[in-house]
Amino acid sequence: MNAKIKKASRHVNQNEGLIFEKSSPGKRGFELPPLDVPAVDAGKALGAAYRRDGVEGFPEVSEIEVIRHFTRLSTWNFAIDLGMYPLGSCTMKYNPRVNEHVARLAGIATEHPYQPQELSQGCLKILSLLEKCLLEITGMDVITLQPAAGAQGELTGLLLIRAHHQKHGNPRKKVLIPDSAHGTNPATAVIAGYEVQNIKSDSNGQVDLAHLREQVDETVAALMLTNPSTLGIFEQQIPEIAEILHAKGALLYMDGANMNALAGVTRPGDMGVDVMHLNLHKTFSTPHGGGGPGAGPVAMKKILEPFLPVPILVEKEGGRLALDYQRKESVGRVRAFGGNFGVLVRALAYILAYGPGVRQATEDAVLNANYIRKHLEGTYDLPYTRPSMHEVVFSDAIQKRRGVNTMDIAKRLIDYGFHPYTTAFPLIVPGALMIEPTESESKEECDYFIETMKSVAEEAEKNPELVKTAPHTTRIRRLDEVGAARRPILRWKSGETPRSDEPGTPKVKVATPTIPTC
Amino acid sequence: MAYPTNYRYTKEHEWIDAKGGTATIGITDYAQSELGDVVFVEMPAAGTKLTAGKTFGTVESVKAVSEIYSPATGEVVEANAALQAKPETINSDPHGDGWLVKIKLANPVEVSGLMDAAAYEAYIEEKKKEASA
Amino acid sequence: MRYLPKSPAEREEMLAAIGAKSIEELFSSIPEAYRLRKPLNLPGPFSEAEVIRYFEARGAENSLGYSRFLGAGVYSHLRSVVTDAILQRGEFLTSYTPYQAEISQGTLQAIFEFQTLMCQLTGQEVANASMYDGSTATTEAVLMAERLTGRRRVLVARTLHPEYREVLRTYAKNSGLLVEEIGFGPAGTLDLNGLKGALRDDVCSVVVQSPNFLGAIESLGPIADTVHGAGALLVVAIAEALSLGLVKPPSEADIVAMEGQSFGLAPSYGGPFVGVIASREKFVRQMPGRLAGQTTDVNGHRGFVLTLATREQHIRREKATSNICTNQALCALAATVHLTLLGKEGIREMAEQNLAKAQFALQELEKIPGIKRSFAAPFFNEFAVELPRSVKIVNAELLKSKIIGPYVVGSAYPELSKHALVCVTETTSRAEIEKFVSAVKSALETPL
Repeated sequence: MNAKIKKASRHVNQNEGLIFEKSSPGKRGFELPPLDVPAVDAGKALGAAYRRDGVEGFPEVSEIEVIRHFTRLSTWNFAIDLGMYPLGSCTMKYNPRVNEHVARLAGIATEHPYQPQELSQGCLKILSLLEKCLLEITGMDVITLQPAAGAQGELTGLLLIRAHHQKHGNPRKKVLIPDSAHGTNPATAVIAGYEVQNIKSDSNGQVDLAHLREQVDETVAALMLTNPSTLGIFEQQIPEIAEILHAKGALLYMDGANMNALAGVTRPGDMGVDVMHLNLHKTFSTPHGGGGPGAGPVAMKKILEPFLPVPILVEKEGGRLALDYQRKESVGRVRAFGGNFGVLVRALAYILAYGPGVRQATEDAVLNANYIRKHLEGTYDLPYTRPSMHEVVFSDAIQKRRGVNTMDIAKRLIDYGFHPYTTAFPLIVPGALMIEPTESESKEECDYFIETMKSVAEEAEKNPELVKTAPHTTRIRRLDEVGAARRPILRWKSGETPRSDEPGTPKVKVATPTIPTC
Repeated sequence: MAYPTNYRYTKEHEWIDAKGGTATIGITDYAQSELGDVVFVEMPAAGTKLTAGKTFGTVESVKAVSEIYSPATGEVVEANAALQAKPETINSDPHGDGWLVKIKLANPVEVSGLMDAAAYEAYIEEKKKEASA
Repeated sequence: MRYLPKSPAEREEMLAAIGAKSIEELFSSIPEAYRLRKPLNLPGPFSEAEVIRYFEARGAENSLGYSRFLGAGVYSHLRSVVTDAILQRGEFLTSYTPYQAEISQGTLQAIFEFQTLMCQLTGQEVANASMYDGSTATTEAVLMAERLTGRRRVLVARTLHPEYREVLRTYAKNSGLLVEEIGFGPAGTLDLNGLKGALRDDVCSVVVQSPNFLGAIESLGPIADTVHGAGALLVVAIAEALSLGLVKPPSEADIVAMEGQSFGLAPSYGGPFVGVIASREKFVRQMPGRLAGQTTDVNGHRGFVLTLATREQHIRREKATSNICTNQALCALAATVHLTLLGKEGIREMAEQNLAKAQFALQELEKIPGIKRSFAAPFFNEFAVELPRSVKIVNAELLKSKIIGPYVVGSAYPELSKHALVCVTETTSRAEIEKFVSAVKSALETPL
């Protein structure tokens, strides 16, 4: 460990096998209160459907073993609670604990979506207030809180667009997507029944207006635009983009993943955006939890209101709230029940904590990103020089000369006590380093990060092998992803899965790991 | 690795070894080194009709999927089943045991229009220069 | 503001280092006309205590103090406090998708264990790391069957949850998939003859839920034979996953689409829940969602990584198996912790309690004149009964005794307008069941 590594150090970190490997018949982790009605002969009641042998292979362990098992596992993870997670476009900000508390309250966590609406006014008020707040933040007219994640929000948005065009007699064929877009954009367009057409970025990393003008005609349903773009650069020509589209009856969809650069400072609805989704697990602090759950509300202009997914929250006489299921032109439902309510509660708690002060969070996020950019310009190649908003994208061009790429640099960051930034995305920047600090990082943490990045750049110059074989201090080193894909082992099976310390497990060739994105 | 002089090559980095009315198709050494370790191969079943210039399968690495374009028109006689268990053969022996499909050529003359080994080697030299520019 | 770790002096310092005179300058790329000049009209800012008070007040406006006999896709089950103790650990709660495997082994191993548990429960060979919920898992299972067979028609049991069917139709509309429904017979189960009549060689899959929405457990053997005979795939949807503690797993199915909410997730007014797709190994490359696989590191130690990622949107983009990115990872962790606590004996015992209590409730209800069981098929913890008068009217009476009554079957099945879908779980005490039965009796005796 060198003197520049101040934040991280080696510590005792326990080994732990699979829970199935600790299992032994007769152990129980949870007991039930005694049955207070007559027992029933399950074989008789269920007949041929009876599962006589129980669930084979299910673990049998005690409560303490479960606590130790998962606690040990947890210590192998990096997390926001431990330090900076500069993943671009993921917005890894602090997950406020009061949000966890309120989502678990009796009367909030306990409610059933089919219970009488007059006994759900508390839940409906939460939804109503969240709707109003998100509309105020986005500058849109109506919103649905139903989609379970950003990708589902994108799908909902495209379904709304399709319904709109269908009503005008022609569903249209294509959706335009910039080459810098997140992978969910084209994947979603295809599911919505559209062809994807790529739009080039210009030398400033923004939508090439001339190219756009050529491509927009009456076969184009919409353009899916991320703003700021995945380069962290604000699409200044968004009003012109909207005009070009609207002139041919096409709509402007905005991927709201980067709202953390805009909330409280500007509103997409004011700029010509027709429909957009938000990622509550990004901008609105709901926890990532290892990959989800999230929520992807979709906000839109009035023209799309008739097509909203059901049910729709409405206000009745006397201020009573209700759910309206009768909308003839609705696109339908994208999921059962109302939405990820527990996630929506957390997002509202976040908004209430900030109030109008939410602007300060946005300003701090942009301040942090620009501070980092200023200090790392020159050390790392900056392919696009327009002003950065809440994230900055460098490339590994300088380090590549010594054979060190963005993935290597990212892995070396781990040794210094940071989670890597997003590597190799967006695709328009070869060897990208996409850094989004968020507002949750103190000046101290930002300074450590800058020092670290400079130190790693120096290592890349003077001792490239050190960087190329990083990380060195984790309990697990680089993993064989090739073997994992060639001969997938996707579950434990009794007698087949080797323990980690079994002798004879061969040393395998390390492959270039997969490109992680956000 | 040498490029067999009796093979023909495409701009998408496939090779074809035509003998009379049948041919064997695979990807070149350049293609496999660009792709990295191959983890999976998806090939059409016997009887499938292939069209020159159109895709007919994929070769996957951990982080990328490459479409394979047919160098010629014809019908699949056999797909290389051994690649299911050992996709890595494409990396170790791309011009030999790493073959992808054997086809019956619809139009054997088509193949002579493709690049020969010397032309292909010059082509990839150009590509390498472009990449490092 | 307590979530922002900067003092005013530090902000000044940082601006100076950047060379900007004010924070405004950093937003200069936003056209002047669109920069907000006044603060947004939002409630707050609230201190922590005020946030809590707000939600406690909302909680008091819901159904606290009422007992409940509703299931219909969302089930009240016991959850150990141990589950939250684990979920609330910052390393699990605040970590990201495990793309950087070296510092995400906790998440990855937990996913691997989740996948294993799902396979053991469903009798299938592989399971993914979660979908949004049962409804989208079912839809994605159908799309998977479409990709696997190249066929465009899907036959769906009418006893598949009504909202699952709605979601399928929403997705199907744009993919050219044709959805047709197959009815149910007097036993409450799938009309096998109806299925045989509708099956042709253009059907990619047949979707059956078991226990179905009306509570009936399907006989999957004959259904599977019929479906496979036509070259189609059998998709079995499961909304009450706890049933697998006592009911034979659907190993005849080609794809299982399950809702795991019963395993450690509170009802939470409809979400977040956890969907799962489980299937045969030979179909794994067409399976959507993340997959954790076992491998070794450079030193030969066992570790886990996300694998077969070429199926997913971040690599395959428009050719991906699905557009899913964010899934329900923390909910899957909750299910994993819950199931390991319950273990082999615990899940059986919990399921037995559900079965016993439901049987008891039915038995007591049938003592009331005019009430009869709707369907003959075996059931788990949900069953339908026919009442001599409108379920809505009975439920309105029950509310006066602080009882939330059964699901009104007529709202999804108009021909079954006097039927009620009663759900009883291990959380319902005998006293509550007896009070419910007695309240139903009174409600039926009340003159109209």
